[in-house]
Amino acid sequence: MDKNRINPIFVRTITLKNMGVVNFEDLFEAKLAKNDMIEPKDWMPENYRKHLIRQISQHAHSEIVGMLPEGNWITRAPSLRSKLVLLAKVQDEGGHGLYLYTAAESLGTSRDEMLDALLTGKAKYSSIFNYPTLTWADVGAVGWLVDGAAIMNQVMLQRTSYGPYARAMVRICKEESFHQRQGYELMTHLAFGTPAQKEMAQDALNRWWYPTLMMFGPPDIESPNSENAIKWRIKRETNDQLRQRFVNQSMPQIEYLGLTVPDKNLKWNEAKKGYDFSEPDWTEFKAVIKGNGPCNKERLASRNKSHAEGAWVREAATVYAKKQNENYEAA
Amino acid sequence: MSNDSQGPMWEVFVQKKAGQPFVHCGNLHAYDKEMALQNARDLYTRRGEGMSLWVVPSAAIVASSPEDMGSFFEPSNDKIYRHPTFYQIPDGVGHM
Repeated sequence: MDKNRINPIFVRTITLKNMGVVNFEDLFEAKLAKNDMIEPKDWMPENYRKHLIRQISQHAHSEIVGMLPEGNWITRAPSLRSKLVLLAKVQDEGGHGLYLYTAAESLGTSRDEMLDALLTGKAKYSSIFNYPTLTWADVGAVGWLVDGAAIMNQVMLQRTSYGPYARAMVRICKEESFHQRQGYELMTHLAFGTPAQKEMAQDALNRWWYPTLMMFGPPDIESPNSENAIKWRIKRETNDQLRQRFVNQSMPQIEYLGLTVPDKNLKWNEAKKGYDFSEPDWTEFKAVIKGNGPCNKERLASRNKSHAEGAWVREAATVYAKKQNENYEAA
Repeated sequence: MSNDSQGPMWEVFVQKKAGQPFVHCGNLHAYDKEMALQNARDLYTRRGEGMSLWVVPSAAIVASSPEDMGSFFEPSNDKIYRHPTFYQIPDGVGHM
């Protein structure tokens, strides 16, 4: 008999049996063990799917809300160059949000559901974006520290187990590098500028240091989602590991600027080849996550305002697409 | 997906340089084909990543199914004679 004509289901069973696999859950585990990526149409445990939808949509929301603190400074950027740079950066953040939303959509949620969750305040996003950007130095601190911390997390996520998420991260990491460098460049201008400028840089570092450390999430012993995330290879390093690496990486950069961190306990620990440092105020972190940070209400109000103001565009585009009478959607 | 207020989903393919294949790079929402092309440009080619773009409605993509991977691609697995290294060529002939 022609081998090509064997009943496909029969062959599949043989193939899986040859792999020593008896059911889809084992196949899923086998893929994770081999460091294979899980793709949208692959079988996956329901909790893995839910975990990813939550994490990726929160990540997307963070990119979108993250446009607001910096967007605040576009009209007041001190030079044409810095204005162009800031515009490009904020545009990138919008792009990152879009990559991530479609990655989440590949898991079966919809853009509308996610936007609704964001606009009604049901969804979470990174607590960092609920802090205000009070001075021009904050734009530098956000690019350098906040994007720097995000990169630390996102470099790890380039090897996350879900294919579309990993691919979005590869693209995002390439782009974030410019973000961090432009932020640090801005900080060098201030730190080596007039005393008033240097003071402004120090003030920004003082205010952003602890909120940035919070970005990695609660300590490992209190992190409710970490265990599964590590087990499923969604995350490959823990919150505390990433936070430690961030501090280690940032200190030489801070010293170069001649600035100091607002932490008297921070010192090099030769035994662990890393810095000892104070934990951020986790009570504050929880309060900000719950909606009581300095800017939570303002951020949500801004998102809702711009969404409402875009309603006529969505309506017009829908009608226009219909009028063209070309059905590209094919049900 | 088609009921989404953000418009239907499109798949984006980018050609990096003339002569190279179009490679899938991601997807996006748009209401019509012109907007899909413009959004693809703004979203996926902000840094000279390409010189030509295709956008295709996601609903038009037909894909193989991962569960059938074994059987679907099985016909090519045992046909090593489709590869050039299967054949013995005498040394004296030189490169072929």
